[in-house]
Amino acid sequence: MINIIIDDKEYTVTPQKSLLEVCLSLGLNLPYFCWHPAMGSVGACRQCGVKSYKDEKDTKGRIVMACMEPVREGMRIGVFEDEAREFRAGVSEWLMANHPHDCPVCDEGGECHLQDMTVMNGHAYRRFHFKKRTYRNQYLGPFVNHEMNRCIHCYRCVRFYRGYAGGRDFNNFASRNHVYFGRHEDGVLQNEFSGNLVEVCPTGVFTDKTLKKHYTRKWDFTSAPSICTHCGLGCNVIAGERYGSLRRIRSRYNGEVNGYFICNRGRYGYEFVNHEKRIKKILIRNTLGDLEETDKETVMMHAAQLFSARAAVIGIGSPRASLESNFTLQKLVGKSNYFQGVSGREAELMNTILGILRKGPARSPSLKDIEKADAVLVIGEDVTNTAPMLALALRQSVRQKPLEKIKAMNVPEWQDAAVREAMQQEKGPFYIASCNETNLDDIATKTFHGSPDDIARLGFEVAAHLSATAPRVSNQVSEMPALAEEIATALKEAKRPLVVSGISSLSTEMIHAAANVAWALCGSGKRAELSFIMPEANSLGTSMLGGKSLDDAFEAAVRGRAETVVVLENDLYRRTAKDTVDKFLDTCKNVIVLDYLKNETTAKADVIIPVGTFIESDGTFVNNEGRAQRYYQVYLPSDPNLMESWRWLGEMIGQVKENSKPSMNNFADFTNALVDSYPEFEDIKEITPPPDFRIAGEKIPRQPHRYSGRTAMLANIHVSEPKPPEDPDSPLSFTMEGYRNEPPSSIIPFYWSPGWNSVQSINKYQIEVGGSLHGGDPGKRLIEPDPKSNYKYFTDIPEAFKIRDNEFLTVPVYHIYGSEEMSNLAPGIASLIPKPYAAMNPDDAGKLKVKKGDEINLIMIDQSYRLPVEIKREIPKGILGIPVGLPGTPHYVLPAWCKISGNKT
Amino acid sequence: MERPLTQYIQANKPPMNLSEYEKVGGYKALHKALKEMKPQEVQKLVLDSNLKGRGGAGFSTGTKWSLIPMGENAPAEKYFICNADEMEPGTFKDRLLLEGNPHQLIEGIIISAYAIQANKGFIFLRWAYKKAADVILKSISEAYSAGYIGNNILGTGFNFNLYLHRSVGRYICGEETALLNALEGKRAIPRAKPPYPNISGLFGKPTTMNSVETLSFIPHIVNNGATWFKDLSITGEGGTKIYGVSGKVKNPGAWELPLGTTIREIIFEHAGGMKNGFTLKGFLPGGASTDFLTEEHLDVNMDYASLGKVGSRLGTGTMIILDDKTCPVGMVHNLEHFFAQESCGWCTPCREGLPWVEKILFSLEEGTGRMEDIDLLLFHAKHLAPGRTFCALAPGAVEPLQSSLKYFRDDYIKHIHDKRCPWR
Repeated sequence: MINIIIDDKEYTVTPQKSLLEVCLSLGLNLPYFCWHPAMGSVGACRQCGVKSYKDEKDTKGRIVMACMEPVREGMRIGVFEDEAREFRAGVSEWLMANHPHDCPVCDEGGECHLQDMTVMNGHAYRRFHFKKRTYRNQYLGPFVNHEMNRCIHCYRCVRFYRGYAGGRDFNNFASRNHVYFGRHEDGVLQNEFSGNLVEVCPTGVFTDKTLKKHYTRKWDFTSAPSICTHCGLGCNVIAGERYGSLRRIRSRYNGEVNGYFICNRGRYGYEFVNHEKRIKKILIRNTLGDLEETDKETVMMHAAQLFSARAAVIGIGSPRASLESNFTLQKLVGKSNYFQGVSGREAELMNTILGILRKGPARSPSLKDIEKADAVLVIGEDVTNTAPMLALALRQSVRQKPLEKIKAMNVPEWQDAAVREAMQQEKGPFYIASCNETNLDDIATKTFHGSPDDIARLGFEVAAHLSATAPRVSNQVSEMPALAEEIATALKEAKRPLVVSGISSLSTEMIHAAANVAWALCGSGKRAELSFIMPEANSLGTSMLGGKSLDDAFEAAVRGRAETVVVLENDLYRRTAKDTVDKFLDTCKNVIVLDYLKNETTAKADVIIPVGTFIESDGTFVNNEGRAQRYYQVYLPSDPNLMESWRWLGEMIGQVKENSKPSMNNFADFTNALVDSYPEFEDIKEITPPPDFRIAGEKIPRQPHRYSGRTAMLANIHVSEPKPPEDPDSPLSFTMEGYRNEPPSSIIPFYWSPGWNSVQSINKYQIEVGGSLHGGDPGKRLIEPDPKSNYKYFTDIPEAFKIRDNEFLTVPVYHIYGSEEMSNLAPGIASLIPKPYAAMNPDDAGKLKVKKGDEINLIMIDQSYRLPVEIKREIPKGILGIPVGLPGTPHYVLPAWCKISGNKT
Repeated sequence: MERPLTQYIQANKPPMNLSEYEKVGGYKALHKALKEMKPQEVQKLVLDSNLKGRGGAGFSTGTKWSLIPMGENAPAEKYFICNADEMEPGTFKDRLLLEGNPHQLIEGIIISAYAIQANKGFIFLRWAYKKAADVILKSISEAYSAGYIGNNILGTGFNFNLYLHRSVGRYICGEETALLNALEGKRAIPRAKPPYPNISGLFGKPTTMNSVETLSFIPHIVNNGATWFKDLSITGEGGTKIYGVSGKVKNPGAWELPLGTTIREIIFEHAGGMKNGFTLKGFLPGGASTDFLTEEHLDVNMDYASLGKVGSRLGTGTMIILDDKTCPVGMVHNLEHFFAQESCGWCTPCREGLPWVEKILFSLEEGTGRMEDIDLLLFHAKHLAPGRTFCALAPGAVEPLQSSLKYFRDDYIKHIHDKRCPWR
């Protein structure tokens, strides 16, 4: 720590930071624009000017930019003296000269950094009386609205889009006072993280287009801390509601997980919550076979009848449902009758991963750890499309190794432009082995494209180069041995090597190979990390709860042990082949489905129970890192029957087993019962304060103190204001009343601080800007590696891939927009889902005499598909890439062999 | 009087080719430096000569070179750049040297690159200097054929390749670090310093950059020594300087004179004094981005220190004369129009401030100015200052503005009061 003097007061501060970071960490309100904690300083906006004095004798001083000034022992600074204030107000005046001043009609109004800084600088009187500059706006796709006239040219957007997120189709154009930020022509922003522009932009140039359709000011949201449900990473988000519908998702800062950003699927997938397919009523099939509305008592009695008759009842859980819901289902049907809601293949893979993480020596890293990795091997994952934010973290990781050299040149890490200049195109070692091209290929040192088996073989071979005891791959072909050696050397030389793999190819051998590589590195004393990508928000959590798989449930049904099946938030048709599910559901006499959206499974249900999505529920998810994270109900639905799955199931337990007196009432009861049965979850009690937590006797309000219209919004229904709903499950209140200051980090419903209405107010919630939130970042890791692990290398090295004469190996291809169930229902995302296709190597296309766009018939397992051909150079010969999860393509049954018949149309 | 730089330049005649240049002693200095001197000895010699950069900033060339990492641990790749992007309004002195004696410049570049052990060099040339581009290309090719550029120059083992790069034509490209970005194919915006180009320059490698006039001195310093060079000047700063005068004088042009020659001598002897019917009202001594001076400063020596003392700068050493028949507000408006147009758009004060200044000056000229505009102009003059803006463009741009407000304020007031330009 070092000492500096600011406005004649001495402070002890962290060295190696910029003066701006230090001032903000001290809580001083020093305005800024172009600096961003995740992107560092460039000195463009000149807003953070302060006075710097050479020494005690210097009375004149000079204006310097705090963001460009390294903090030094003994330095003397004037932040709030007149000349510095006058200069900063001048910057406001310049920025406002051409700004349209259209705050009342601007979506950013009320959470605009430009508003905040202008007010903070005291600029209130316009002296510029000439005509303002205007620009033409662009169509940028379904997510981001463009209004260039508001631009203040801080260059943050282009630095994020190109520099941080690796996008190419966005740039700054022209010069002088006509610099333009946009695309070379109108069109959809291609980058998967483009939605962050709405938070990165300090004013209303880039705003959320989906919010615009049901616009609400920041102060009118009811919001709560939540967890994104669109992949397995568990990014923290803030969800905002108004008039009973979900209006938007924003990134919620978590220094260990997603930091400041989220991906487009996470930001824009939310509209499934408002979808017309939402199940809002309790439905029961009548004697005519039609679903009709019923009430809670009837359905409870019906359920009690089915369960109490000692009939065979099974429960099928779901990786998209919370720990509490899955656990309560388990309790309702009994552990032996509970089945994980995933295919046998997936359950086996998840168990394998769990074993590797629980018993092996390699640690599962957080996204922040991944950013710091200095050599990476990706085994078989198209990360951008299966875990987008992990791809963004990997994009930062390739800068780690060259950054070491740059630090040695005495260029501070935060001086972004200088770092990027000195770094040029240099990147740390980053190797990708995948079946197809990926969006990270541009930063890869080398890529390897092969079949899942060949990818696993490469992994095994890398491990063999790292450890003499790891098994060697025999009968090697092609360039693999040299590449394996190169990768092994790079990983060995790194300080923090990282291996990334996952279950998207449904290959056990790949996972084993990844473990071998990481373990071999651990064996040589490295701090090696091992990250597995999983498809759903609670994949790891449900797998930790254990239970047999769907295949076993199907088996049980065949053996007559499943007269009644309770399906929890799970469309079984997305899990395995259609015929199998049809047969299963037909075999079960009574199908009770708890879900929030109509799907193929609910169509077959006898009883449908409406449940809350993550927005209307409390719950706990365990992300792929093994971090348990809590999400909170955002608002209470008007229909009292729309309850959390765990509450429904809990009430059923009460009805069936406890003679109408449920022992579990609020969320904490469910969590505690879970921990009692599964001690591994002990720490989830600590991830958040209990429901009776109060500060100064008050709850934490979900609504800001400026929330408006409360007495008026329901006046058309009833003249008297309804009683505010109670929340028995959390320390959050549903109203604007409550504790006004900063809540504990896990229950921050929105960011706000006096004078800081924009998202930049996050600074006030952190110990040091860009660091952890006060009290630590939310979530608890449940799984830690065993450094003394007595691991044994996996030896199931597969045979090399052999091309078959009349068959193709179909492998799954994932799409950020299209492969995930819920986000597909959001109109913006739906508009970007690609049409189904079959991708093949040009040589194979030549042999089949087909070209791009020609339709072919595939016969795969038991179904036939007609798909147009795509040609992809990177796909190996003999392999066909088929997008999964899209309407009209198979779900989770790939890889599989298929035949092609009837070429051309 | 010695005129080392221009002695062989003849008006309206093509420049010397290689053999003609060699005949008058050309490339002798290259032989001497490469064969008889160590790189550090060349650096020392230039440092001792007290040669200061003639591009405008006046930084010691020897000191600049001494900051480049040398020796075995230094990065293998280093670059040497000749800044020939002469674009300041009213400045044409480098053009004289580029078109008049290209081999002198090339020899200077090779010796300088040798001094810092750079193996690759670029001449970054203003796009409009088409004739210069032709003669430089021809001369580089001659130098390649003679073995002065290329691998193993003069059998010394020193390798150096030299390239001509023609700018796209933005004033900001002449700013040292913006030039580096432009040369890399990036947007021509300046870079923050530190890190200085000697540590992270072109493509992130150690880089030294000097201007045409500075580099043209190098062969002469190597041939004649530091003392000879120092003795060339009138006021102890060393060397000669190419001074220029434009405006309503009888004989506008450029002349190589001892550094420190008085302004009076330059205007009234070499430029022949004011044209008949015109009176001297003021002048920008060192080009468009220097402060106005007036008649009372005619006996000031044109060198770095003397001009600094009276509140202006030597800059490029090429004067622009303001006469009594020209509106000072109009002249400043014309200058600010240029600077506002040439702002790169990176930092707020320059991007937003200069167009505002330009608009105010235009309104004054149109007769729609207000009294408050004087305060606004002074506000800009105060805040577009070094350190407050990202680079030196805006501070340079407001030098003529602030000094015109000092010397010609009555003219500004008259515009506002009369609601018209008195010169129109």
